[in-house]
Amino acid sequence: MSALIDYTLHLADNTLILGQRNAEWCGHGPVLEQDIAITNISLDLIGQARSFYQYAAELKADGSTEDSLAYLRTEREFKNCLLVEQPNGDWAQTMLRQFLFSCYQFFLYQQLQHHTNTRLAAIAEKSLKEVRYHLRWSSEWIIRLGDGTGESHSRMLTAIDELWRYTGELFIPVTYETETGIDITSLKEAWLNNIKIVFDEATLPVPENVFMQTGGKTGVHTEHLGFILTELQYVQRAYPGSEW
Amino acid sequence: MPVQDFEKIFQEKIDNEVKIEPKDWMPDAYRKTNLRQISQHAHSEIVGMLPEGNWIGRAPSLKRKAILLAKVQDEAGHGLYLYSAAETLGMSREEMINDLHSGKAKYSSIFNYPTLTWADIGAIGWLVDGAAIMNQVMLTRTSYGPYARAMVRICKEESFHQRQGFESLLVLSRGTKEQKEMCQDAINRWWWPALMMFGPKDAESTNSDQSMKWKIKRKTNDELRQNFVDMIAEQIKTLGMKLPDDKLKWNEERRHYDFGEINWNEFWQVVKGNGPCNKQRLDARRKAWENGEWVREAAAAHARKRAERQKDKAA
Repeated sequence: MSALIDYTLHLADNTLILGQRNAEWCGHGPVLEQDIAITNISLDLIGQARSFYQYAAELKADGSTEDSLAYLRTEREFKNCLLVEQPNGDWAQTMLRQFLFSCYQFFLYQQLQHHTNTRLAAIAEKSLKEVRYHLRWSSEWIIRLGDGTGESHSRMLTAIDELWRYTGELFIPVTYETETGIDITSLKEAWLNNIKIVFDEATLPVPENVFMQTGGKTGVHTEHLGFILTELQYVQRAYPGSEW
Repeated sequence: MPVQDFEKIFQEKIDNEVKIEPKDWMPDAYRKTNLRQISQHAHSEIVGMLPEGNWIGRAPSLKRKAILLAKVQDEAGHGLYLYSAAETLGMSREEMINDLHSGKAKYSSIFNYPTLTWADIGAIGWLVDGAAIMNQVMLTRTSYGPYARAMVRICKEESFHQRQGFESLLVLSRGTKEQKEMCQDAINRWWWPALMMFGPKDAESTNSDQSMKWKIKRKTNDELRQNFVDMIAEQIKTLGMKLPDDKLKWNEERRHYDFGEINWNEFWQVVKGNGPCNKQRLDARRKAWENGEWVREAAAAHARKRAERQKDKAA
């Protein structure tokens, strides 16, 4: 049971933190249509987070709610992977973070929708439609920027250098994943193939032999997460026990 | 046909409630006034994303965060329809955006006030969107077709936003002591700026007469402002809060609420650029545009490459 709760929280934290990050673009995007698109993805991710948190709260059955789980846990309790908490950087870095993660989610949710746990399976199935769109949209941006101008290509290379080190963790199972019967190691090949196809079209290299950072899934994060939670949780922390 | 005849036909259409469409003949001043007003309206939607966007990261619950994100996104969508409507009058979106950034084009002054607490988000929904709706409902019947049609869509979403804002304040008004204070404080700060949204008094409004004749506007600034005061003075009773105006009082004879005098000095100062956030708002818009330049260039360059490859394939 505890593994299932932790795993559900891991899924929830991944989507909440990436949703929170993407929302920072709202009102500041490079062009109005894309401002709307990134905000839309943020909304989808927060919607997914809510479904997972609600389920985790039910499993815990200790009076937890979606909001207490999102707003009252500490940086060491959050279980999101390191990739999603990385700063937005420029549009290239945000697009790459989205693409790497959406691609991972795409294969993960495909597996999860057949899981024996029907609640997780149902959330995965419903979310997969959204993720398919996020993946297509971000792939198109990777290609556009990689195969755009000299500047955009060079910014993509910088983004890859910045973010690739956080992709290894996605496929290294932690206890709660194994105990919930999730085989994430098996997703790696399909994920990498998909990345290669898109990078190839974008004229971008797939890095090799990069040392991979880990720890997010077990609560050992980069220094960024503390600041994300500071902002996210401020009102709830300042006025404890209030309804909003 | 002499210009006078065109003008006569044009005014007859207006008088007979026939919409003016992009390809119809129209007086230059009508085109200019509409272009100014619609682009200003579009800019207001876009700049208006900033004060509310300021609280997305700190929204106090996941539900409120999702509602706020969706609302700000709706505003971006309204900006899109309005820029498209304005483009039918012969100016590109990019030119309009440049005018905003250079300070030539204006946007609603209300967005030059800061959002200091979470309650400001509710107050904006209730008061600012509430004031905007007064104007926009009238504009669904404006004489320029594309503008009127854009307004129909926008009004549906705006009235939803207003209800959400009110509901958010209602929760605060029934909450803890701190929440009630936060709610009253936000109303105190947003009330007068919301009244200013209707513009100068009729006696001092330069564009009003011609706009009424051309049915760009159908109600005067003062009429709309009065309708707004009458509506809010009733709604606030449900919140159990007070409007910051000692002179606010029901006038049985007029069948309207009387209310105090707006600080017109403040109004003109904010219009001139001296509001608390004029600089920050324009800086944020310019920065987003400048930081996005390489992205827009890359997208255009890629599209060109793609088109060339298609051509090569076809050949």
